[in-house]
Order: sequence, then structure tokens, then C-alpha cells
Amino acid sequence: MERLDLDQISIRELNHFFHNDLKDNGPREFEVLNPNGQHSIVAGLDAPLEVHIRGHAGYFTAGMNKQAEVTVHGNVGWSVAENIMSGVVRVKGFASECAGASGRGGLVVIEGDASSRCGISMKGCDIVVGGSVGHMSAFMAQAGNLVVCGDADPGLGDSLYEAVIYVRGKVLGLGADAREEPMSDSDYQTVGELLKRSGINHDPQEFKRVASAKTLYHWSADARQEY
Amino acid sequence: MCGIVGFLAKESAYRSTLGEYVVPMMECMGDRGPDSAGLAIFSEKPDPKALRFNLYALQQPFARDSLARRFEQAFGAETSAKIEEAENHAVLITSVETSRVVEWIRSDCPDIHLLSVGRAMDIYKDTGHPREIAARYRWSSFAGSHCVGHTRMATESAVTPVHSHPFTAGQDFCLVHNGSLSNPYELRRMLEARGVEFETDNDTEAACRFLQWRLAEGDTIEEALEQAFVELDGFFTLLMGTVDKIVLVRDAFACKPAVVAETDDYVAIGSEFRTLAHLPNIQNARLFEPRPEEIYSWNV
Repeated sequence: MERLDLDQISIRELNHFFHNDLKDNGPREFEVLNPNGQHSIVAGLDAPLEVHIRGHAGYFTAGMNKQAEVTVHGNVGWSVAENIMSGVVRVKGFASECAGASGRGGLVVIEGDASSRCGISMKGCDIVVGGSVGHMSAFMAQAGNLVVCGDADPGLGDSLYEAVIYVRGKVLGLGADAREEPMSDSDYQTVGELLKRSGINHDPQEFKRVASAKTLYHWSADARQEY
Repeated sequence: MCGIVGFLAKESAYRSTLGEYVVPMMECMGDRGPDSAGLAIFSEKPDPKALRFNLYALQQPFARDSLARRFEQAFGAETSAKIEEAENHAVLITSVETSRVVEWIRSDCPDIHLLSVGRAMDIYKDTGHPREIAARYRWSSFAGSHCVGHTRMATESAVTPVHSHPFTAGQDFCLVHNGSLSNPYELRRMLEARGVEFETDNDTEAACRFLQWRLAEGDTIEEALEQAFVELDGFFTLLMGTVDKIVLVRDAFACKPAVVAETDDYVAIGSEFRTLAHLPNIQNARLFEPRPEEIYSWNV
């Protein structure tokens, strides 16, 4: 495993290496040391790599990730794995706001809690949170699944499109147009598979489904903006 | 954007070197607020007999002994005042009645801005990069029990030392703000009608004066903040310092960041984790993000 030490090189040098200097027959496993909360660590990866970040990372960690499997052995700041395209981004600790924002594909795993606006505007990625999520999570989420093993703060799934949310604990408040729906066999299967891929052990039977009531899909003159 | 910083030393060993921990925090948050910075530092042992008037020289640095001479002219040679001057900042320590000193500054010293009055708190603020300001006023040499700092990226009012944070209200109370208010003029009209005076057109000052008014009406800081959640419209992470505590809140949307690190020795607060990364034993600190509309306070 090759080591890259952020006490020795800058973020720009680190990311430049991953974007330009990977060799076809070079190492595929990397360790990033001394992240110290810096931003944009390993953003824009596009190769089948395994990257371990040892410590707490800052904003936009592993943003736009493609193919790579990134594990943060600590917490992350805002917008981890924002716009993830494929691959896996795993956070062993907690994530601040907007985890997995706008993600198009791939899997984001937050083993601890994720803060507010987790999965905001997600467009096809899957997000599994081992703990709880903050307010306004999955706001305007368009496609993909958000699995929350703990509780969800108020405003869950506000203005939701086609993404589906599964919550094991309490839902402290649904956002506009989000509603609880019965779980089907395919829902149990989806939750079971995502939990398995995430390495988080819960019974899918304990989850409930939240999805869009689709009343906001078409403008209604009768609603008078009172949603 | 703006950056906020707070540090409270639980363990006395951290108090004598408080500045050394805080300056790297301020420098790091210079990325979020490069145009001005301010620091309020609270003494471990407030003087029960004399008040500290923190002053800012608006036009040029304080000339040696000039303030002492002017004070003597105003109050007579037998009235004592201790004066500590550094660059554009001075602390005038005296037992002369507050109202007389304030009136003297207002009428006789148009070139001086009164930053704060208190027994425990000193306030330093200026324009420029936080790194330069920290060096200019030698913040790394400061000792104290707790402090509150701010790095500013101005979005709604002028870049001047007076518009910089922290803002003060009454004695030994200060506030820094990351965010923006959308109803500062509404608050201002309401408060001015009640006799509250403003010094700037800054939105944070409106929040500070609102709290000042509530505290003067007899609210505790917690009660005043509950009212602020109702009356303040906009985005805010607010960090406040009083003689014996620091208090932290975020608005209902909580879209202005804050991270808290707590160990047995200290409580450290920053807009981002990277500003705390250099602190001793940070890897074992209890780290958390404050929840919306929840009041967090730590006593000295």
C-alpha cells in the first residue's frame, strides 16, 4: 500500500497525482495520512483504486467519485461524496451536512450519524447511514435509495421525486409531499441488499418506507402555495 | 462566509498559553474570512475594583503617553488610570464612573472608538488578514480563561474595524456571527424606539443589540436566545462570550457550520474541523456538530 502524507504534500499535489500520474501497472491501494480536516481530499477519482484516509477529512471528500473505493477512518465535513458517479465512499465516523449530495450512482456509507440535508437532490446513488440523519434529508431527491438505520430529523424527504427513503427508527417529521408507505417484498429486498453491501447488520423488517405522494408533480391552482 | 472560533480552558495549564492555541485557529479561519478579524479574551481573574475600557484609535496608532495625557486633562492628575497601548488598540483601566468615561470619549475623543467595557473582557479587532492582525496585536502571547474570535468576509456592510466582530452589549458580553440576517432593519427600528443605540449599520449588531435589550429586560442569556430564535430572521451561527461562559447556537436551518471539540482540558469551537486539528489530544476529543435551535453553553 502506497502512502501519501498530507503533511508532506498539498491537496493539489495529492489530487494531481490521482488524476494524472497513476501508472497502469502501479499500486492500486493507497493510504492518505494527516488529512487534518482539509478539503477536497481525493476528489475526482476515476480509477478502480482502494483509498484509505486515516483521520478526519474536510469538505467535498471523495467528491465526484468514479470506480474507486474510498474509506475515511474518521469524520468528514460537508458534502462528502457529492455527485458520486460510481464506486463506494465509506465514512467510519460521522458526516456533516449534505452527504452524498446530487450523487448519480455508487454507494455512500456513513457508519455514524449524518447531519442535515443528507442525500439532498440525490439522482441515483444509494446512501446507507448507520446512525441518524439531520433535518431536510433527501430534500428534492430524484432517484436512488436512502437507508437510515437510526432516526430522521424533521423535514425528511421534502419535495421528494422518485428516490425512496427507508428509516428504521423514528421519523421526527416528514417534509412537504413525503409520506409513509407500506413496505413491499421488493423494498425488503432492496434494504437487505444495501445493508449487506454496507456491512451493517439489521433486519429489513424493521424499516419503514417513505416516498413521494406526488402532489407537487403538477401545479395546483387550489393549493394556493399552502403545502 | 466568515469563520468563528472559540476556546475555553478547563485545565489551568491551558490558560497561560491560551493565545498559542487560538492564533492558529484564527489563521486557519482566515480562509473563510480574510478581510477583518477580532478576538475577545476573558481574564481568569476579573478586577473587582476597576473597569477595562478597550479603545480603538480610528486614524493612527496610539502615540505613547498621548492617551494618558488626555485622560489626565479630562479627569485631573489625582485620578488614576492604567493604560496599555499597542498599535491602534488601548486598554484604559480605571475606577472612574463608566458614564463619565463614555461621555469623555464621545465628546472629547472623536478619533477613538470605544470597543468594550468590562472587568474581564478585552476586545481586539481590526481590518486585514487575521494572520497579520494576530501578529500586530501579539495575540499568541495572550492568557485567559476563554475567548471568542471571528474572521470576516463582509457581505452586507463596510469593511472597517468598527464593523468587524465581536460586537458587544453591556459589560463583559460579546457576540460573533457567521451568517446573515434578513430583518436587521426591522429589529433596529423596534429597538431604537425602545431607546437602544446603534453604532453601525451591520446586521450582526442588530442581533447583538436585540440580546442586549432582552438581557437588560431581565432575561437570562438562554431566555434571550429563545426570543432571538423567534425574532431573528436569517442564517446564523452565533457564538457568545460572557464573564464565565461561552454560548453557541445555530438557527433552525443550521446551514452555517460549527464543530465542537471537547476534552477534559478544553472546549474548542470552530466553523470547521481543520481549524481545531492542531489542538493537543484532538484525536481523542468528543467531536460534534451543534443541532439547530439548541443552546449550548460551557462554564469556566
